[in-house]
Amino acid sequence: MSVKSYRQALNEAIYQEMERDERVVVMGEDIAGGMGAPGEDDAWGGVLGVTKGLMPKFGRDRVLDTPISESAFIGCAAGAAATGLRPVAELMFVDFMGVCFDQIFNQAAKFRYMFGGKAVTPLVIRTMYGAGFRAASQHSQCLYPLFTHIPGLKVALPSNAYEAKGLMTQAIRDDDPVVIFEHKAMYDEEMEVPDEAYGIPFGEANVTREGDDVTLVAFGRMVNLANDAADSLKASGITCTVVDPRTTSPLDTETILETVSETGRLVVIDEAHPRCNMATDVSALVSQEIFSDLKAPVKMVTAPHCPVPFSPALEDLYIPSTAKIEAAVREVLGKGH
Amino acid sequence: MQLNRDDLKEAYRRMCLIREFEDKVHDEFAAGNIPGFVHLYAGEEASAVGVCMHLEDRDAIASTHRGHGHCIAKGCDAEGMMSEIYGKKDGLCGGKGGSMHIADLSKGMLGANGIVGGGPPLICGAALTAKTLKTGGVAIAFLGDGASNQGTTLESYNLAKIWNLPAIFVVEDNGYAESTASAWSVAGTQTKRAEGFGMPGVEVDGHDFFAVWEVAREAIERARNGEGPSLIHVKLNRYYGHFEGDAITYKGEGEIDKIKATKDCLNLFKQRVVETSLLESDELSEIEGSVKSYIDQCAATAMSGSTPTEADLMTDVYLKY
Ligand SMILES: Cc1ncc(C[n+]2csc(CCOP(=O)(O)OP(=O)(O)O)c2C)c(N)n1
Ligand SMILES: [Mg+2]
Repeated sequence: MSVKSYRQALNEAIYQEMERDERVVVMGEDIAGGMGAPGEDDAWGGVLGVTKGLMPKFGRDRVLDTPISESAFIGCAAGAAATGLRPVAELMFVDFMGVCFDQIFNQAAKFRYMFGGKAVTPLVIRTMYGAGFRAASQHSQCLYPLFTHIPGLKVALPSNAYEAKGLMTQAIRDDDPVVIFEHKAMYDEEMEVPDEAYGIPFGEANVTREGDDVTLVAFGRMVNLANDAADSLKASGITCTVVDPRTTSPLDTETILETVSETGRLVVIDEAHPRCNMATDVSALVSQEIFSDLKAPVKMVTAPHCPVPFSPALEDLYIPSTAKIEAAVREVLGKGH
Repeated sequence: MQLNRDDLKEAYRRMCLIREFEDKVHDEFAAGNIPGFVHLYAGEEASAVGVCMHLEDRDAIASTHRGHGHCIAKGCDAEGMMSEIYGKKDGLCGGKGGSMHIADLSKGMLGANGIVGGGPPLICGAALTAKTLKTGGVAIAFLGDGASNQGTTLESYNLAKIWNLPAIFVVEDNGYAESTASAWSVAGTQTKRAEGFGMPGVEVDGHDFFAVWEVAREAIERARNGEGPSLIHVKLNRYYGHFEGDAITYKGEGEIDKIKATKDCLNLFKQRVVETSLLESDELSEIEGSVKSYIDQCAATAMSGSTPTEADLMTDVYLKY
């Protein structure tokens, strides 16, 4: 064990898997950096430094800088995965899926089923998501619901450094296309993380707080806000269960239903826009399966239905906050709270 | 067509305005007054101005993440731009867009763009509008060497050619896309690519305003005459990092200083017009002085401007939830 940042945890997972399996290659724009340039090699190690140090260790043949041609290199990673490599491709910001989504959802995601079970596509796509960076409308979106919608894709949202290492390792070892969503506002967050390699199974939620009054289901960075809200509500005598599903596909419906049955109340927290997101998905699941266990209507805390604004004053209002989560919890508990 | 004294002064004023604007944003970013991702255009002024000196409001341009220079060259209000970059309510986009999304459609400025390769298809659209409505306008995509490798760009070359659109693709090759050298990332050459699509393509020294102005004149004339699209490969350099905060370790030792000393586009312009007695150096100094105080004033206004409030979050949408 040692203290590692979310960034270091991701880097270590990729490093250890590259050491273990020579079929693992990484590719992306400026993933090492300095390609063809007179100055420092490995100049960037990715735009926010997550892959720094991989190229010096594993060489340019396994750490491939790409031109700005997402359709070509993401599709190339899918093709390489289907033919014997285990590529980890970086789509720098998930907002850039617009350029290359065909190769992800019509190609990689379909191979296994469409080819009658004959294809194996061990592809990992790493991508940054989320607001809070003052990066404006085209560099701040969540978009994981769009990927979750597609059969054939697995989708993971690590909520801290421990989760990041375990889910990344699992993704690289998985034989299906996996998209890992890294929240750009979390890269510097630190905690104790094991030094040795470990995987975290997909579709097994993590219950981060246990309580009696309300269940909070939160995704990605929102898990931390939900934990903070739960901790702060204790002072008012309110206890919450917090569920981090870890992966939206597969989704651990069992843990969600069980914990909501116990408390009878649900607040779902999702940084994505409010329609057709994970919050609506979980709400539908709960109302369909355990309607009679509910003591209050389900409440969703999400971003509003508008693009992410640039101005810090507006962006802070846009992102779900612990205050909004606490207010939602009090609301589902009704008068007197 | 010739540049008269007023044109020359205007060209110099716009180039100075861009340089001064970018130097100010650089300082203000370093001082912590500006949030977000900011990509500066300093060093590349002759390209935007050399092209846009030929344009009117009916002509459209699409820009990139490195968009401040294109905005200013196309006539966007510098004060409104500065306020936008500070995230203020009086910004050109109400503070909702920021540096990467400055736009003013009334000036034919279709926006800076956060998506590399986002502009060229839009410019095919603007060119189609001009052609269909017979406005006589042309449409110009500025794009980087990195963006020249994007599928959207190459598809746009083809579309512009087969529809014979009044479109021009200005590839601003500053040698790098982020930390990656264009000498490595671009297969073939920009002009041969143009040739492959059957459109004229020329390479030009982007430090030389007059050279850019001349090749742009030819391409724009062709487009206005219904003779279809062209490509211009502008070779130039950026003075600051890819974005503010970039340590620029991938460039060679002294690379930027050498360019500044020998090929600065403002200095080259000044030398040329003074040596040939087209303008007096006093006239140029006067422009520099007035631009400087104007930019100081823009920054002061932006700094003291009011920030948007909760009431602004859900405006400009047609649905609220
Ligand atoms: C589709 C897409 N891919 C990647 C990026 C990230 N990115 C922003 S600017 C940039 C480099 C662009 O290089 P170039 O086109 O040469 O323009 P320059 O920055 O040199 O002006 C990259 C990779 C992006 N914004 N959009
Ligand atoms: Mg470039």
